Amino acid sequence: MLDLLHAVLVAPFKDMAGSPTFLVEVLIGGLAAGLMYSLVALGFVLIYKASGVFNFAQGVMVLFAALTLVGLIERGAPLVVALALTTAVMVALAFAIERVVLRPLVNQEQIILFMATIGLNFFLEGFGEFAWGSDVKKLDVGIPDTSFMVWGVQVNRLELTAAITAAVLVAIMAVFFQRTRVGRALRAVADDHEAALSIGIPLNTIWIVVWSVAGLVAIVAGIMWGAKSGVQFSLSLIALKALPVLILGGFTSVPGAIVGGLIIGTGEKLAEVYWGPLVGGAIENWFAYMLALAFLLVRPQGLFGEKIIERV
Amino acid sequence: MIYREAGQFKSTYASDQAVFPILQDRVIAGLVLVAAVIAVPLVANEYWLQAVLIPFLIYALAALGLNLLTGYAGQVSLGTGGFMAVGAYAAFKITSAFPGLNIVVAFLLAGLAAALVGVLFGIPSLRIKGFYLAVATLAAQFFLIWLFNKVAWFTNYASSGTITAPPRRMLGIMVTGPEATAPVRYLVALGLVALFAVIAKNLVRGRVGRSWMAIRDRDIAAEIIGVRPLRTKLLAFAISSFFCGVAGAEYVFLYLGSAETLAFDINVSFLVLFMVIIGGLGSVLGSFLGAAFIVMVPILLTNAPHLLGLAMPVALQKQIELMVFGGLIVAFLIVEPHGLARLWQVAKDKLRLWPFPY
Repeated sequence: MLDLLHAVLVAPFKDMAGSPTFLVEVLIGGLAAGLMYSLVALGFVLIYKASGVFNFAQGVMVLFAALTLVGLIERGAPLVVALALTTAVMVALAFAIERVVLRPLVNQEQIILFMATIGLNFFLEGFGEFAWGSDVKKLDVGIPDTSFMVWGVQVNRLELTAAITAAVLVAIMAVFFQRTRVGRALRAVADDHEAALSIGIPLNTIWIVVWSVAGLVAIVAGIMWGAKSGVQFSLSLIALKALPVLILGGFTSVPGAIVGGLIIGTGEKLAEVYWGPLVGGAIENWFAYMLALAFLLVRPQGLFGEKIIERV
Repeated sequence: MIYREAGQFKSTYASDQAVFPILQDRVIAGLVLVAAVIAVPLVANEYWLQAVLIPFLIYALAALGLNLLTGYAGQVSLGTGGFMAVGAYAAFKITSAFPGLNIVVAFLLAGLAAALVGVLFGIPSLRIKGFYLAVATLAAQFFLIWLFNKVAWFTNYASSGTITAPPRRMLGIMVTGPEATAPVRYLVALGLVALFAVIAKNLVRGRVGRSWMAIRDRDIAAEIIGVRPLRTKLLAFAISSFFCGVAGAEYVFLYLGSAETLAFDINVSFLVLFMVIIGGLGSVLGSFLGAAFIVMVPILLTNAPHLLGLAMPVALQKQIELMVFGGLIVAFLIVEPHGLARLWQVAKDKLRLWPFPY
């Protein structure tokens, strides 16, 4: 019993203290993975905030964006052109989704909309494979997946780029939400659909905008994931990893998505490296959920979520 | 329906509250049951039983379980696959520990094990609800699958990591294992699902079901009028997981024969959730209709090109299947968000007045 307690409570921390450089490397790896989750979670939050739709298809949108980009590059398009075309495709997708899926389902319960996005998830998965083939593709955006040393710690160039991109993205979105007319309209819709409608905010346009923005975020996430681990169908599974990030950060909070992603990423890596061997490893699959679950018991609305006020 | 209930008076409370209050409905339900028990095993061939009917019955049971939880008690769960896995592995451990035990008893014990696990993972539902809860139940899904993968004890230290249905007899007839014939396995699945459907139907129209629906519709109001959320929610999780656990045990013992954790991955959870939504949330009949729909659609999609005389590469067929499946789900939700059960209800109401709609 004492041995067990020692193994769980003391030994991992001893290991950490024993080699701080390794700990820092694990932490950086975790932060980098967390950022990737954040990028996916960001798309979820945007859509949930503005339309109350829990968009299960966000992961597949990431995959679809990456597939389109790679497919276009493979067919000889220069990177910039491919990027522009992919953007156009994602915006067109947003239009299509708004017209075909969302508009007929206005005023339905959230669970119905959620199921519709799962249907969308299946459709996009099949369509992506149908259009671009199902083999693993390498996405090369000119950032080498190599490391350099900073104060004796390995830092991956690609991960660093991802971090910077994410930071820029969040900054842009913060400005977009706070300072522009459309951003204000988005926040109004998020606050109250009916009130927004009554002061003349066109709901359908807002939905197209927000799904387009989510599509753009999906492109960024797709590029980062694709460059790191190749464009393949397991990419759509990261959507599931974004879910604990969401509940940790709160469904409606952009900073929550980022911070939640970082916490989940590092927590997961630390647990896998230091506690994983105790139970035979591969705990990465569920640790994030358990962490989020434990957290929810203390704070049901997540880190930055709006306080849930219930009335009868 | 096309027949009328005219002249059938209800003079007792019992007849007023019958599951099938109309004589013709009773007759039809009885005929369906008789046909399912006698005619189907005689008529259907091995392929139909093995590929369509047995999975349909098993999925219907799982959908029934999830419908109790999601449709009646309003707690969205994405952990169905995990709870089914608990049932399957528990049944496997129970049958290997007590070889003489009746297989149906083993299924029920496996259901109890799943119910226990369900209660455990249902505890967060007291604090969180809606999508937060849905995500939380994913924890159950991933954790349980990981557990069964990692701990070799669950598979009796089989090097392949699979569990295999042992041959077991009931009343002298081989029920599980490689020598059990499809009609026998079909009948066992049918008997269990019929039994549980009756139980579910009576649960949801009784006190328990009403307290579930009160919690679903407005939990705070329900609490104020004296429904205890702790007991009600956990009971919903327990009974739902019990159903799913039995379904999971059947899934391995009566359908697959042998399985690894992959058979219970997240896709199973989604599939069962689809069945519930497409069939109709909060409807016992809907669970069956949804299960039939979801089991049949891929089979139809796979066979349709052959029937049309088109040769298609397997990969393309798979992709088209995914697209059509996704499209169908969206289309379905748009046309009738309340599912097949509501469509059936509407059709019945129309037929009742047909051919004079006024």
